Amino acid sequence: MKSRLNIRKTRKLFINGAFPRSESERYIKWTSSDGKETVNISRASRKDFRNSVRAAREAVDGWKNKTAYNRGQILYRMGEMLEGRKKQLIQELCFEGIQKKQAEFEVNSAIDLFIYYAGWADKYQQVFSRVNPVTQPYFSFTMPEPTGVVSVLCPDNYPLKNAVSILCSVIVSGNTTVVLYSESNPLTAMTLAEILQTSDLPAGVVNVLTGYREELLTQFASHMDVNAIIYCGERVEEFKEVQELSSLNLKRCIILDDKKLDRFFQEGPYTILRTVEMKTTWHPVGV
Amino acid sequence: MNDVAKDSDNKLWDYSPALESMDHIHLEEHYDLFINGTFSPPASGKYFNTINPATEEVIAKVAYASKKDVDKAVSSAQTAYEKYWSKLDDTERGKYIFRIARLISEKAREFAVIESIDGGKPIRESKGIDVPLAAAHFFYYAGWADKLKFSFHGREHSSLGVAGQIIPWNFPLLMAAWKIAPALATGNTVVLKPAETTPLTALKLSELIQEADLPPGVVNVISGDGDTGKYLVQHGGVDKIAFTGSTKVGKFIQKSLAGSSVRYTLELGGKAANIIFEDASIDQAVEGIINSIFFNQGHVCCAGSRLFVQEGIADEVIEKLKYRMESLIIGNPLDKNTDIGAINSKTQLERIGDYVDSGKKEGGKIFQTSCTVPEKGFWHRPTLFTDVSQSHKIVQEEIFGPVLAIQTFRTPSEVIEKANNTPYGLSGGVWTDKGSKIFKITSEIKAGVVWANTFNKFDPTSPFGGYKESGMGREGGLDGLLPYVNLI
Amino acid sequence: MTINTTDIIGTVNQIGAEERVKRLFSRSIKKESKVKALHLVLSMLDLTTLEGKDSPGKVRQLCYKAAHLHDRYPDIPQVAAVCVYPNLVRVAKESLFGTPISVASVATGFPSGMSSMDEKLAEVRKVVKDGADEVDMVLSRGEFLRGNLEYVCEEIAQVKNACESAHLKVILETGELETLDNVRKASLLAMESGADFIKTSTGKISPAAVPVVVLTMLEAIRDYFHKTGRCVGMKPAGGISRAKQSIQYLVMLKETLGTSWLTSDLFRFGASSLANDVLMQIVKQSDGVYQSLDYFSLD
Repeated sequence: MKSRLNIRKTRKLFINGAFPRSESERYIKWTSSDGKETVNISRASRKDFRNSVRAAREAVDGWKNKTAYNRGQILYRMGEMLEGRKKQLIQELCFEGIQKKQAEFEVNSAIDLFIYYAGWADKYQQVFSRVNPVTQPYFSFTMPEPTGVVSVLCPDNYPLKNAVSILCSVIVSGNTTVVLYSESNPLTAMTLAEILQTSDLPAGVVNVLTGYREELLTQFASHMDVNAIIYCGERVEEFKEVQELSSLNLKRCIILDDKKLDRFFQEGPYTILRTVEMKTTWHPVGV
Repeated sequence: MNDVAKDSDNKLWDYSPALESMDHIHLEEHYDLFINGTFSPPASGKYFNTINPATEEVIAKVAYASKKDVDKAVSSAQTAYEKYWSKLDDTERGKYIFRIARLISEKAREFAVIESIDGGKPIRESKGIDVPLAAAHFFYYAGWADKLKFSFHGREHSSLGVAGQIIPWNFPLLMAAWKIAPALATGNTVVLKPAETTPLTALKLSELIQEADLPPGVVNVISGDGDTGKYLVQHGGVDKIAFTGSTKVGKFIQKSLAGSSVRYTLELGGKAANIIFEDASIDQAVEGIINSIFFNQGHVCCAGSRLFVQEGIADEVIEKLKYRMESLIIGNPLDKNTDIGAINSKTQLERIGDYVDSGKKEGGKIFQTSCTVPEKGFWHRPTLFTDVSQSHKIVQEEIFGPVLAIQTFRTPSEVIEKANNTPYGLSGGVWTDKGSKIFKITSEIKAGVVWANTFNKFDPTSPFGGYKESGMGREGGLDGLLPYVNLI
Repeated sequence: MTINTTDIIGTVNQIGAEERVKRLFSRSIKKESKVKALHLVLSMLDLTTLEGKDSPGKVRQLCYKAAHLHDRYPDIPQVAAVCVYPNLVRVAKESLFGTPISVASVATGFPSGMSSMDEKLAEVRKVVKDGADEVDMVLSRGEFLRGNLEYVCEEIAQVKNACESAHLKVILETGELETLDNVRKASLLAMESGADFIKTSTGKISPAAVPVVVLTMLEAIRDYFHKTGRCVGMKPAGGISRAKQSIQYLVMLKETLGTSWLTSDLFRFGASSLANDVLMQIVKQSDGVYQSLDYFSLD
């Protein structure tokens, strides 16, 4: 019987709704901890990051002007899509040395996270908005608005679940984002990107890069057209650099260690609060 | 004014019929009661007909739930609550409700057609508004299920148990969604009694709930009449009653529940004032009036049935209203071009007719459009009355039909006083281009929902409910969760 | 001529207007009413060519197409007019000799309108002399937007005068006016100043004709008619290439102004590729199968 050769996947980047290779055409040879498996990962360059930010910026208006209900439905669809690709993701996580049971838990959590945030899309505004009882005859109200483009440095721990949790908390309010996936556990990055793309998510809302954090950290933190940065990790020199560079354009700087990432259910909508701006409007009351 | 929109002139270009197809829908010949996850015959063996008010033809036979059936339904809801639903993980509970939402969207067209033939409303409305909003309500409340601790500002909460819900015939599926969704999201189980003349979409929803694999007894649907509802209210084993319907029955419910610890919310009638100021965008205000009183045949509790127009523009507004009314097409609810469908029942048609007669008798000047009306079925042309005042019966009482009463006013304080001069307080409308006037007038109108420069807008995130005799409690938004929980 | 610019012009609630449009566009026009509408649309077409690369040859071909839309089929009406640049009016007039099809010419420094009053009037007189039956002028948007309404009205009145017996369409270029309040104001001022038709766009910028803008203009025409008894026509131009869109505009026209406006004397479509799409729909209605552009001439 003839044996069949399988078609190997080429792992690229996910920018502006498409899957280009890195403009630098470089790659990283990822090997499993036991040395048995190797996979070539795209190595994103600063230009890829620059292009991603451009795409993310163009996508802001369209994304934030969608109704909250619409964004919620798109997030729900991501959950549907992820549920359908469970097997592949569990396999990829196992390749990375994670135990099958833990991988299953991680993938199920990621699905439930999409559903969880789909539910927040049209509710966090009601938790965080208010009418202010000012002392003069004015109607004064305060509402959250998305901050704009957010760059994210994802953690290595629970790479899929944490990436999903952070990107949901960012895009549910209308922000767009560029994420640098886990460096040591990058295999699920493009599968996740495929799921995003098949969920009616407009191009540019989420851009996913793989590559070296050390090479790209400065870019993620210093780009003047990025409004906020989320850094995951515990290396003080690293996040100090991020905070210093953020001061260039007063980026909102969010530092998340592993403990914080585990608490998303307890934190509820406050994860969304990280990347929104509160706007207050006044209008006179009188005939 | 060029009366060119009159029917006689339409020979140049008439719209041909554009009927919605019926061949993709599934309707049984008879429906049983949905109790404990299955359809079972009524204890009395009695069935009643549900007819199509546009043709007077019988669509299906529907089971009649007597006291025995009500007991059975409540008991199954109690068991489901204690054994399963109250113990289920919040996130998992939410997922069931998401399923309902998604399934409604999948079957949207089927639901819309059935809603139109059972109740008489145009397919354009059931397709464009009723069904999508119903799905959206389920989707919205599904998301709250595992987030409740953020909705009560630091208070702990618990669910109530079994919710007995009685809904009206004007938005059958939508009212079912408004009731069931928040009840399930907060962890309660449900016994729902749909209106006597419009049980079908609630029964189709029951089939859908089966398909969504909801645990048996979590939602029960018992068709019947006013007596069925009465048994449900007075059952004693129900922890909460939610009712939408007439003020008369609402008062009866409040009285029945006196002395008990049963919680209740009531969404009752209204006689909303719609106010057009001189500085309003006139054409859009006119369209807003049309929306507020003529769409859904005026069968809307929050209908803008009293129009107050500032005297300086009254003639212009009334002319434009009449012109626009003449272009409204009454006809077969399944025709995509129909604007105004059939009146829901013979009883309701007679009631509206009585009010119109009294309006004429009391000296009001009547205008009715000249459109053709089908021979069979229950129909009422869009009607307006001028030369009426607050003391006329048609200005005080809720007609629940396509009849508008018009008065003029001169100053803001005058119109605010008149707008509030009613025991009702469900809704109101203000039309003006001036922002500060909007905020001032809306704050003075004693109603639960006030629309500025628009009317009859609904959203699952937006609370709806009345002041005074229009009811108590709110549905929609965060406020819609409170009536279904105990705060500890 | 003095225009009382303190007359109450009124405002437009954009969201409300868009909802009215949505409802109008939900009308389902099928079978006989669709065929009738399609024929009406053809009879209201102003077949247009306004390119820098236009030539006498191009115009002659367009004029032939105007008179022979689809000879293979019976009862296909002829279009209302052909619209060209001033220097090609004579060619058009010759080509259309013997047909009832009018020749419309753009004028007054089309499309920008950035020339002096004298230059504009001279251009108008010339095209009228060359035989143009209709003149499509452009509103001075800069003057309008800076509030110089006296000038805007005076300009239109003078152009109307220079038109003599030709009828005058005023192009508002609504894409540059941006707000519906401006569209309404410009419409009313143009009509007060003598316009026989008000037209949405030059077709040279985007957005061109947009449903909510067309509705606003039709409502302004209605209010003007109410006040004065004079019927002014309306022409959406640019961006209308599909038969379905054109039928939707007819629904809007009928339900806003009534059936007496459903005539090429009071309504025109400024379009070029619309003709073939409408023809395809007409053939599909009678043949029962979807059509291909291969079977319809491209002037």
